[in-house]
Amino acid sequence: MVLVVMLGLVAWAGVFRRYLPYLIATSALLVSILLINTFLYPGATDRIFVLGPLAATGTGLVAALQAALRVLAFATSVALFALTTRTDELVDDLERRGLGRRPAFILTTAIGTVPRLAERAREIVEAQRSRGLNTEGGFRARVRGVLPVAAPLVLSALTEVEHRAMALEARAFTAPGRRTILRAYPDSRAQRVLRWGLVLLTIVLLVSAFSGALSSLP
Amino acid sequence: MTLTMAAVSYRYAGAQVNALRNINLSVEPGRVVGLVGANGSGKSTLCLCAVGLAPNAVGGVMEGSVRIDGLETSKTPIYQLAQHAGILFQEAQTQITSGAPTVWEEICFGPRNLSLPADEVIERTWTAIESLRLTDIVGRDPARLSGGQAQLVALAAVLALGPRYLVLDEPTSQLDPLGTRLVGETLARAARETGVGVLIAEHKTDLLARLCDEVAVINGGTIVTRGTAADVLSDPSLHQWGVAPPADVALRQAVVAAGLTWRGEWP
Repeated sequence: MVLVVMLGLVAWAGVFRRYLPYLIATSALLVSILLINTFLYPGATDRIFVLGPLAATGTGLVAALQAALRVLAFATSVALFALTTRTDELVDDLERRGLGRRPAFILTTAIGTVPRLAERAREIVEAQRSRGLNTEGGFRARVRGVLPVAAPLVLSALTEVEHRAMALEARAFTAPGRRTILRAYPDSRAQRVLRWGLVLLTIVLLVSAFSGALSSLP
Repeated sequence: MTLTMAAVSYRYAGAQVNALRNINLSVEPGRVVGLVGANGSGKSTLCLCAVGLAPNAVGGVMEGSVRIDGLETSKTPIYQLAQHAGILFQEAQTQITSGAPTVWEEICFGPRNLSLPADEVIERTWTAIESLRLTDIVGRDPARLSGGQAQLVALAAVLALGPRYLVLDEPTSQLDPLGTRLVGETLARAARETGVGVLIAEHKTDLLARLCDEVAVINGGTIVTRGTAADVLSDPSLHQWGVAPPADVALRQAVVAAGLTWRGEWP
């Protein structure tokens, strides 16, 4: 049900095309969950078919589908969040609600670092290629090309840390008190009710799950 | 009220020798002091000591005293010093916070940290942007700027902090002649109109000749000569300290060396 709601929201938000790469990224995990559970579910004896030394079981298949759907629902919710929420706006609003400047900065930087490291890696690959490094072709050639790219990438990132730390200090990052908030985002009554309703629902579900109330449902 | 370095010696953590030895230098409000020297002569280290980042943030051992408007840097938190003296590093890209999505937000990062009223943060940010003519790129991602643009943005971010002293470590190293002239004009205007004191470490002696009231030459961690820009930058010993004189001085020296008579005027 969660997955259906999530997919509906993805379609409603108009981000289905951008959601597909997330789906593709999750597919390897989904396939492995399906295969391992279907063929190797411990203690299951209700065979559906046999494939060499492995036997697919009905219990395993049901468990595999349940686990895969849960993972897909989780991945879809993460993708939906990432595709519909700007990091800077999220952090701004969290800061306005009392999040400290350090966790806010770490959150922003952590998210922004991935594409920047990818950009840096691309530059290093181009630089190494211009010096004759072969990073294309067969598997072996690609593996051989990893170290000359990874080493400068990691080392340059580490040496930058000290400079960046100094730069933050020099720009009064360690000053006490709350940073100035420049933007306020609209937060309607309906949004607030929905948000707190979801928190409440989560608590109810957690309590029900731990108390065993959910398992007694038909 | 000055930025004063008195008998300052500094050694990096783990180093055997001092990077700076017995430095005496002062920058008064409204004055521009140039610092020239070969690579590795101690210019960047002197800049770090001048704003209190060394030894407070960098570590190492410092002897002597650095005072900014009476505040002893070794005993004052860096965020407090940042409101008195701003520094621009040689590598502008590492000065970019990597957290801001736009140039505008990158520049307002410092004023926001000072918890200033929102109106003042916005005013300071736009003033810095307009002074360096960055209006066209305010919406750009700071991580995707050219080296020269990043240098101007980093300088604007320092200006937005509103410090009484600016310490600039090769602020034009990645700039073209137009950008170099723009930085020179901005610094001269800041010194003239707002009384900011500027310490600028540079290899471009042509810029220093136009901009500076005073120039000091550093060699091997020691200041070997200082005086008016005209006197120091025409010193025949500049070459032996690894410093190229301004173009007109070099021309004059070449003319004199050729046995001809120089009829030009300094600068």
